[in-house]
Amino acid sequence: MLRSALNRLIGMAIVMFLVVTIVFVIVRVTPGDPAAVMLGPDATAEDIASLRERLGLNAPIPVQFLTYFGGILRGDFGQSIFLNIPVTHALWLRAEPTFFLTVFALAIAAAVALPVGVLSAYWRGSAFDQAATMLAMFAASIPSFWLGLIFMQIFAVQLGWFDTSGYGGPGASFAERMHHLVLPAVTLGLISSALITRFTRAAMLDVLNDDYVRTARSKGMSEWRVVVRHAFKNALIPILTVIGLTAALLISGAIVTETVFGLPGVGSLIVSAVLRRDYPVIQGALLVVAGLYVLVNFVIDMLYLLVDPRVRY
Amino acid sequence: MTLDADTILSVRDLRTWFKGRHSIAKAVDGVTFDLKRGKTLAVVGESGSGKSVTSLSIMGLLARPGAIESGQILFRDRQERVHDLARFSQKQFRALRGREIAMIFQEPMTSLNPLYTVGDQIGEMIALHEPISPSEARKRALEMLRHVEIPDAAGRLDDYPHQMSGGMRQRVMIAMALACSPSLLIADEPTTALDVTIQAQILDLLRRLQDQFGMSILFITHNLGVVAEIAHDVVVMYAGRVVEQAPVMELFARQTHPYTRGLLACTPDAERDLGSEGERQALYSIPGSVPPITDLPPGCAFEPRCGYAVPACRNALPPLVKAGENSISRCIRSHEI
Ligand SMILES: Nc1ncnc2c1ncn2[C@@H]1O[C@H](COP(=O)(O)OP(=O)(O)OP(=O)(O)O)[C@@H](O)[C@H]1O
Ligand SMILES: [Mg+2]
Repeated sequence: MLRSALNRLIGMAIVMFLVVTIVFVIVRVTPGDPAAVMLGPDATAEDIASLRERLGLNAPIPVQFLTYFGGILRGDFGQSIFLNIPVTHALWLRAEPTFFLTVFALAIAAAVALPVGVLSAYWRGSAFDQAATMLAMFAASIPSFWLGLIFMQIFAVQLGWFDTSGYGGPGASFAERMHHLVLPAVTLGLISSALITRFTRAAMLDVLNDDYVRTARSKGMSEWRVVVRHAFKNALIPILTVIGLTAALLISGAIVTETVFGLPGVGSLIVSAVLRRDYPVIQGALLVVAGLYVLVNFVIDMLYLLVDPRVRY
Repeated sequence: MTLDADTILSVRDLRTWFKGRHSIAKAVDGVTFDLKRGKTLAVVGESGSGKSVTSLSIMGLLARPGAIESGQILFRDRQERVHDLARFSQKQFRALRGREIAMIFQEPMTSLNPLYTVGDQIGEMIALHEPISPSEARKRALEMLRHVEIPDAAGRLDDYPHQMSGGMRQRVMIAMALACSPSLLIADEPTTALDVTIQAQILDLLRRLQDQFGMSILFITHNLGVVAEIAHDVVVMYAGRVVEQAPVMELFARQTHPYTRGLLACTPDAERDLGSEGERQALYSIPGSVPPITDLPPGCAFEPRCGYAVPACRNALPPLVKAGENSISRCIRSHEI
């Protein structure tokens, strides 16, 4: 168990090294002078030269890479060109709404999708199953910004239960901030639940026909116990994979949702950085997102080990 | 509902059908047999003859659209009360399964849950039916592993199924099935998936456990060699119907249905099948094939393949009649065979 965890950690380190390399290379191969691109068409030659100097673009490429890589190892992602603060600081300021948004959305998605998927499979062909299938297809096909706008219209504008956008004022309490996250999290969660529902249903249909489920029934236990303890736990192995995938998708889904709901999160930071060509911020955000991807995968792998004894040996 | 005092299970004219949109698969369509207390009744028949559907009907484990259409399944529990399982609700079955009737299956490789240790799975069976602490359940599970003669039982208690061989897993299944001392054990081809030496060991073990625990066994198989090893009585099934029931010695001495006769001729026999030069002769096989159960002829289902057939066989389904000292047969010419 420890050995496989260690193996996976080494794998993670390799993946992250590749990501850093790719991010570095992408910026260098962008056509044109990055400094000129960043500063736009109105920049003077002196401005460009001083930015090149500041970004260290005059040094040989391997030296640049070592400098960049060394910085990342020390937690130095460079300096934001527009905000004039370290990239790590800029990311950190925007981390809270994004973090809670994705966590809540994932929790909502799982809380909706797992029971609905399990019951759909158990009552396959029933009215419940058909309704759930239709709703899941619907949820998968509507864009999140549209659902967000509809929720906003109903729950914020007409019912007045929530503010239409933002994250509360500068001095807002934690409860107030979380209150602002309800609509975005529900929007993102419901849309993400579609994929998990479909997978849960398929995985349950598979295992419900397995021999050990019949064995469990022959022991004289309740259907609830058969389904949850014997069938669902086996179905969980493929379901975990898709939850991991969803978590990864949520990170990009959060960007759109944050923009719709005017949340000052990492997503809107990335959007504005792209608009302003703030390359150090884009690079830093890419690394953080990739790092989260890898971390989520690692957590899923560890959960596999916990659930399935066959992987453990 | 009357049942002889020494009969534990009596299936009477059971019909279990799978009703589709356009056709009805009569998987079991007239199964009748009696199982005596403490004895082993073998159910034999080709693949698709309805053996598994019969046993699942008894356990109440039929999957939709399978349902009991008519007939009785009389079962005598440990308090000597007689129940008709054909009319049982799932709730009633839950109290019965595992405690009064337990079952082992053909596929030892897939019949245990891969995510729990064998100790957990045996202990779960006991905890389901008796108020017992986890440590007590574990102790009882270990005891059961010893009963089924698993070497180093204490060391195997925390093994997962994938760490065991097929024969060991089938022993675990048996340990689990017998953990609550059920009065009836249904074994659906428990040795078919195992190789011959392991098969013999498992049969031997079942026989000894029967002496020890005193349970009755409904033993499903398509192998007449296995029948000779373990059974006291035999039921022969063809296309969802019982065609013959007889004590095992009587059956091997004299068959009262042409199908049983054909089955026996198909069974390899070391001495008989070796020719004078010690070469194996071509094995006899019954010509023709089983009619589709969705479209059975009105008369005897075996008639198209039968060497004894006469026109009368085609008119109506022959009833089960007394054909020998203790045997019954569904053949109108049983006395001439
Ligand atoms: N769910 C189902 N729907 C329709 N028909 C079914 C279903 N389950 C079983 N049957 C039919 O019932 C018949 C009897 O099947 P059963 O499994 O009882 O045979 P068996 O005697 O146990 O054969 P085997 O030796 O292969 O195990 C088969 O023809 C099968 O097609
Ligand atoms: Mg079968």
